[in-house]
Amino acid sequence: MHALTGSVSLRQRFERWLPRIVVTPSFAASLFFVYGFIAWTFYISFTKSGVLPNYDFAGLVQYERLWDTPRWYVALKNLVIFSTLFIVGCTVIGLFLAILLDQRIRVEGAIRTIYLYPMALSFIVTGTAWKWILNPGLGIEHTVRGWGFESFTFDWLVDRNLAIYTIVIAGIWQSSGYVMALFLAGLRSVDDELLKAAAVDGAGPWRTYTSIVLPLMRPIFFSAFVVLAHLSIKSFDLVVALTGGGPGYATDMPATFMYAFAFQRSELGVAAASAIMMLATVLAVVVPYLYSELREERR
Amino acid sequence: MRRAERHGIVRPRTLSTRIFRIGLFVILGLFVIYYLMPLIVMISTSLKSLEEIRTGSLISLPDAVTFEPWQKAWASACVGVRCVGLSPYMWNSVAMVVPAVILSTFLGSINGYALTKWRFPGANAVFVLMLFGAFIPFQVVLLPMARTLGVLGLAGTVTGLVLVHTVYGLAFTTLFFRNFFISVPNGIVQAARIDGAGFFGIYFRILLPMAPPAFVVTIIWQFTQIWNDFLFGVAFTASFSNPVTVALNNLVASSTGVKEYNVDMAAAIIAGLPTLLVYIIAGNYFLRGLSAGALKG
Repeated sequence: MHALTGSVSLRQRFERWLPRIVVTPSFAASLFFVYGFIAWTFYISFTKSGVLPNYDFAGLVQYERLWDTPRWYVALKNLVIFSTLFIVGCTVIGLFLAILLDQRIRVEGAIRTIYLYPMALSFIVTGTAWKWILNPGLGIEHTVRGWGFESFTFDWLVDRNLAIYTIVIAGIWQSSGYVMALFLAGLRSVDDELLKAAAVDGAGPWRTYTSIVLPLMRPIFFSAFVVLAHLSIKSFDLVVALTGGGPGYATDMPATFMYAFAFQRSELGVAAASAIMMLATVLAVVVPYLYSELREERR
Repeated sequence: MRRAERHGIVRPRTLSTRIFRIGLFVILGLFVIYYLMPLIVMISTSLKSLEEIRTGSLISLPDAVTFEPWQKAWASACVGVRCVGLSPYMWNSVAMVVPAVILSTFLGSINGYALTKWRFPGANAVFVLMLFGAFIPFQVVLLPMARTLGVLGLAGTVTGLVLVHTVYGLAFTTLFFRNFFISVPNGIVQAARIDGAGFFGIYFRILLPMAPPAFVVTIIWQFTQIWNDFLFGVAFTASFSNPVTVALNNLVASSTGVKEYNVDMAAAIIAGLPTLLVYIIAGNYFLRGLSAGALKG
């Protein structure tokens, strides 16, 4: 290449710019549709926008309104309940199943496929079944009563205070298989020599796992946490399919709150403010993770 | 007691190992049932008559199998006020997913190639900036996107959804192809350049023939994500242009007259069948996409 620089033809000059030209449309799209749109939403959250956008700067009005809305607190409280139980539940079940599957099971492939299929289906699809299973008049309650336990009740789905836990149950069902796959990949990467050395030293399976294998899984705990936290902040399909946010707005989460204020109640300012709060939460979780990932790559 | 003791002394590992293995399979089997239960309930309910649903229970298998609910779900069930079944919405989803997958995958592969094999100044910054788009919660772009689609005359159209999915799919497809092409030795590209091959020549003749696995993973991942999308569909389409996920939700939610659970279940399976089939056929590729793109918005 260097030998040729003396006679740079037009074609070569074009060739040299070609990679940049080719990336430009995607990069421009990302600048406009990601950064431009975030800037727009950010600005709108500082205006008096109602049904229509209004571009006069109005300070923190919308944020004050947002934090004065009881429904927002319900959404936040639900997010805390959901994300805590969802993250802990998925991690515990996922890790447990990964350890079991790591014991040289012959039908491992088939079992893994079954544990993971919920991730391949839209929750709008599987939610139809869950809604039915959890429906007091038709599902588990109806079935158990049919077996002769007349006083059995399982009506969380329609109980204002308990409905959020049905979303947790379905959420764990959907995502725990994925966490299992993450941990299984991690367990497979543990050096066999290390395990042999532990066995030679007389460590039983319990000790081997708690003092050697699990500490090695630290990066996977970290990624699982980031992925699950990210999933729970964005939970939308899950709520819409299972409870529609109800009874009333008892199972609202930030994603459904934002949607309701943007498209049903046409309060653009409040909707924008809630979207910015969601973005800030996601960034708080994802940026440290991305930073450490990219730094690792550079090494 | 004595026999058990002797047994334990002679072959200690075999007995405890056997008990351990049985316990292992019992637990794994219980979880198999747990994960499969919703799917089984869906299939069995979709094959029952309404009468049988009322009298039977959740887990009982159908006595008399009927395909009527499937027919109704496909061709005549009411979605809102429109009683034409799910079929037109399935075609909406197909019309949305095919161009969006092709466009986002092709652009992503070109981006990944340009960003790794022709490292121009700032290539890394461009990549990191684009990558960020994969992590944002989409709520933050819903309002401006709705307005932009309106300005472009694409509000409430399938074409508008193609644009949305292509744009927000780029971050993942670029990420995946970048990670794939970065493992291709630069020497090959250098040698081809010395031989006078240009940007597209190298892409089509050298990189593309190496990349079928990356394409399969990306296409499967994008297909699943876009087919399953609900948020963009519900926010940006009107009743005639609804993708099938939105139509399914409306079908299940609309409760005029008798609630036909068997039709709901059949409709749900129909809407989920394309991604389920892809998963069954190419699950391993799906898993690879999952590990690369789990954080996607």
